[in-house]
Amino acid sequence: MAGEVNATILTARIRKERRGAGASSFILDVSIEASSGITILFGPSGAGKSTLLDSVAGLARPDEGRIVAGGEVLFDSARGIDVPAPKRRTAYVFQTLALFPHLSAEENVSYGLMDLQEEERRKRVEAILKAFRVEKLRRQRPAEISGGEKQRIALARSLVTEPRVLLLDEPLTGLDAELKAAIVDDLRAWNAAKGIPILYVTHSREEVDALGVRVIALDNGRVVSVGAPMDVLDAPRRKKLAQAAGFENMLSATVLDLREADGVMRVRLGESACQIEVPLGYAAAGNRVQVAVRAGDILLATERPHGLSARNVMDGRIISLEQRGTMVIARVDCGVIFVVHVTPGAVRALELTAGHRVWLVLKTHSCHLVE
Amino acid sequence: MEALWLSMKLAACVAAILLVIGMPVAYWLAYANWRGKFLLESLVALPLVLPPTVLGFYALVAMGPRGPLGKLWIALFGHGLAFTFSGLILASLLYSFPFAVQPLVASFEGVDRRLLDASAVLGAGSSRTFCRVILPLSLPGVVTAAVLSFAHTLGEFGVVLMVGGNLAGVTRTVSIDIYDRVQSLEYGEANRMALVLLAISFSVLCVVYAVNRRVWTPWPAK
Repeated sequence: MAGEVNATILTARIRKERRGAGASSFILDVSIEASSGITILFGPSGAGKSTLLDSVAGLARPDEGRIVAGGEVLFDSARGIDVPAPKRRTAYVFQTLALFPHLSAEENVSYGLMDLQEEERRKRVEAILKAFRVEKLRRQRPAEISGGEKQRIALARSLVTEPRVLLLDEPLTGLDAELKAAIVDDLRAWNAAKGIPILYVTHSREEVDALGVRVIALDNGRVVSVGAPMDVLDAPRRKKLAQAAGFENMLSATVLDLREADGVMRVRLGESACQIEVPLGYAAAGNRVQVAVRAGDILLATERPHGLSARNVMDGRIISLEQRGTMVIARVDCGVIFVVHVTPGAVRALELTAGHRVWLVLKTHSCHLVE
Repeated sequence: MEALWLSMKLAACVAAILLVIGMPVAYWLAYANWRGKFLLESLVALPLVLPPTVLGFYALVAMGPRGPLGKLWIALFGHGLAFTFSGLILASLLYSFPFAVQPLVASFEGVDRRLLDASAVLGAGSSRTFCRVILPLSLPGVVTAAVLSFAHTLGEFGVVLMVGGNLAGVTRTVSIDIYDRVQSLEYGEANRMALVLLAISFSVLCVVYAVNRRVWTPWPAK
């Protein structure tokens, strides 16, 4: 039945202007569609992702557009329809989670079920606490609950209401990869039966890879590309998107020569003498291209390495080392500056300090060409 | 002692009424998005800077038999407002209004907006959101508002003198009683009353500061 199919689809056409002070006005102008399952909204901060979610949830009012979820029109500027947020049946997990601090986990979860009979309410709360493995925490207040479990409770709270659509605004930031994966698995298991559209906002490249589903890339208020993560992210079309995707190194380069048979070309980085081999792109000798490299894809050695399959070895000097969390950000001058991520353990083992001479190793296919 | 009892009664009534009428005003001030909001904000704060005699003077004029409030009151109840306990309550409501409204506004504004959004998305309308999220999280502000308006009313002098006069058992509050006793050189009596008032004021302020320092709050901040 056509109605059944439509029932699980979310379509949103939204135009919203935000007038800030001076030149900071911003226009969100997008048209998106999400079917059952997870769709990732990806883009740098300020791309309009949260405004988009707020509009779908009814917390922000678009200047014009139309939002339809589960076959019901939630907003239509032409027809003057604007269903208020409490009546939209959209679930929304905020980045801050927004658990009610004065209520226990159980009371938080049952908050959206106040119109139900006591017994039905208890049954549903019980089931969802179990589905998200937090039944032991029912009496605890949010302040007494650890990070990952808070996320689970926030998910349970919004899903227990049987929503038409689930909006997730970077709900898993700050969790380690394993915990994230476990929570996403539970979310998927829950949604296998319900099949509602889930809009998942993130600016983390790893999350996109881990979820491996359809991606809508936003930048500066527009949809810039739609497709599988590989298509959308590995040939980044826009510089800002590339940086958001974890390409900390954006280098301009000049093409020296093409080696079609090997599927590579040699480029010279910036104005330096540094030459590297990158995948063949639509370019001719003498053309300027942008090369994007993730800081985590670069190897750092304290002696000139040999016997490697990697084609690009550059020598340089460490300019600075900066510890950020469990990661050290090294800036290395090879004629152009590279940002390299290393672990604190590696810094100790190799006795790295500023001024240290090092070699950077870069696989050809870790170099991405940006249009 | 009669005067102290009267003052307590007056302060309790005023604090209770102010909580009821202060809440919608504070809610509006905290959440409304209206350009002219500063006008109401200034109006609410006016009793803070106005001399009590000025406030009392206008209240007396309004409550007098020819004033609008007085006329209305006579029509409704058959007697005037000036120099009665009800008149005293009305004037005190005006006088203590900012002491109730301002703590409420501050604590309503302190509630994380995303909690209100979360409540709305979960299907709660604004009244349910108010009762289940805003009010419980603003409890320190509510306590402060009640305690401050009680204490402020307890100590008022100028307004009472203008509006209530000095009728024993009806409008003679404790501060007026103290003034009277000093005038008639009964220093011992005056001192006893003054001490009681001092003790009450101090304990009341202790409650306010303790609550706002979250020493005894019912739940932790985050």
